[in-house]
Amino acid sequence: MNAAAVEITGLVKRFGSVTAVDGLDLKMPRGEILALLGPNGAGKTTTVEICEGFRAPDAGTVRVLGLDPARDGAALRPRVGVMPQGGGAYPGVRAEEMLRLVAACAADPLDPAWLLDVLGLGSTRRTPFKRLSGGQQQRLSLACALIGRPELVFLDEPTAGMDPQARRLVWELLGALRTDGVSVLLTTHLMEEAESLADDVVIVDDGAVVAQGSPSALTAEHAEDAQLRFRARPGLDTRLLAAALPEGYVVRESTPGSYRVIGHVDPQVVSTVTSWCAQQGVLAEELHVGRRDLEEVFLELTGRELRT
Amino acid sequence: MTTARFVPGTFTPAPGRGRRGRMLATHARVETALTLRHGEQILLTLLIPLALLLGLSLLDVLPAGEFAGMERVDWITPRILALAVLSSAFTGQAIALGFDRRYGVLKRLSATALPRWLLVAGRLVAALVVVALQVLVLGGVAALLGWSPSAAGIAFGVVLLALGTLCFGALGVLLGGALKAEAVLALANIVWFVLLLAGGILMVPSALPDAYATVVALLPSGALAEGLHAALVDGTFSAGACAVLAVWTAVAAAIATRTTKLT
Repeated sequence: MNAAAVEITGLVKRFGSVTAVDGLDLKMPRGEILALLGPNGAGKTTTVEICEGFRAPDAGTVRVLGLDPARDGAALRPRVGVMPQGGGAYPGVRAEEMLRLVAACAADPLDPAWLLDVLGLGSTRRTPFKRLSGGQQQRLSLACALIGRPELVFLDEPTAGMDPQARRLVWELLGALRTDGVSVLLTTHLMEEAESLADDVVIVDDGAVVAQGSPSALTAEHAEDAQLRFRARPGLDTRLLAAALPEGYVVRESTPGSYRVIGHVDPQVVSTVTSWCAQQGVLAEELHVGRRDLEEVFLELTGRELRT
Repeated sequence: MTTARFVPGTFTPAPGRGRRGRMLATHARVETALTLRHGEQILLTLLIPLALLLGLSLLDVLPAGEFAGMERVDWITPRILALAVLSSAFTGQAIALGFDRRYGVLKRLSATALPRWLLVAGRLVAALVVVALQVLVLGGVAALLGWSPSAAGIAFGVVLLALGTLCFGALGVLLGGALKAEAVLALANIVWFVLLLAGGILMVPSALPDAYATVVALLPSGALAEGLHAALVDGTFSAGACAVLAVWTAVAAAIATRTTKLT
């Protein structure tokens, strides 16, 4: 009788000739935090918007708390909290006014003044939405999603545009939601967010699920290959370093100045890397050998090329 | 992790829909406050009608033949009230809706327990409140200028103003809910200007060529202006004007329920 929080089978959604979601399956039990990871355009937001009842699927079935969002929206909406991507509020509305409007739609809402305070918005109660910073707008949007004490919340990139303090606060808040039995489906680009928060991570690419599991299971699956990470000045020629290593090793500059050597890492490999760096006259700092993290798994599965 | 900030049980689910009356009142109050706080809306809904009321009452710019011996302010005030309805319920409403859609307001609100009908009802209640405020201010200024409406027709005038607000409100939702914000902005202003000059608000159908006069009387602007003139000048109820407004309301509402988009 207690249906899954979200259950999606064979979901397809097309926009003209583009297939945004292409046979996506997903099952999310109640009371857990599920992170939907994927590159831009992978179909995350489309999937979430179908779950919220904003779009109708072209094929497949979607059940949210056991209900069909396209048909049973009126029964479903009071039970679900939504934080759309990029917020959503009247430009001239004051922060507290907006939250109280959303609170009025719920039977037993949280106290708006308290929620604004804990989200660090206490000093912006009378500030028009358009004058809030991006991170403040995001926090207000999150408050709107939570104010009605929902059973399930959909958060589309909840920490986008937030500073590190605000992000920590939101993570703490999401932990409290889980403790209290609220189900959370969030989309994110932040591996750290998914890795530290989510019970389950679903990696989506080209509109379908490419991997699913707990963060530790996902990284363990790919544990046979260790990796060596180090920092040095940006712009080293990674092809030269790869050529210095035995066949089959891959070298990448994942972010400027941050290098990864992927393959079986033994003492000889470490020695080769450090002596190659010495030849280049650079000091390899923060040299680290370890298992791959979620980001590496993600890049492995979804490709490393920047998509246009 | 510190948990002091969130006592366990704080977020324990307790979902449910708010009371309808409270949702409607809160939504209408926010919509009204936003309109009254918005400088351009005040210019459109109050300052321009006020300037026209003062200018046309005090200056000798309209042909004297229009008045047929009555005071200028008695002739102009019903038409200014029609303009006020057109300005706020239609043009202001359409532009606000167009940009609210752009900024994700409708999506935000429709993701709450607020029923869809309430989303429109809140805006219409706000439009009625704004028109009531406009009538108080413009009517008050007109009274200072010597306006003396027909006592017998005031109730008819109130009915026509309410019906006119619903009619132009429905047309405003139809326009503001269908097109992109910039297109709404341009069209809503053009329609305002055309109806003001050629839609029977400032020019009386009887002063126009016959065929054109018939068309103007069938426009919501012409019907509202003529209906208000009949009520507030002659003290008579114009069933024809009400019928025209009712038909426009029904048609606009029927189309708008199909064409209005959330974003």
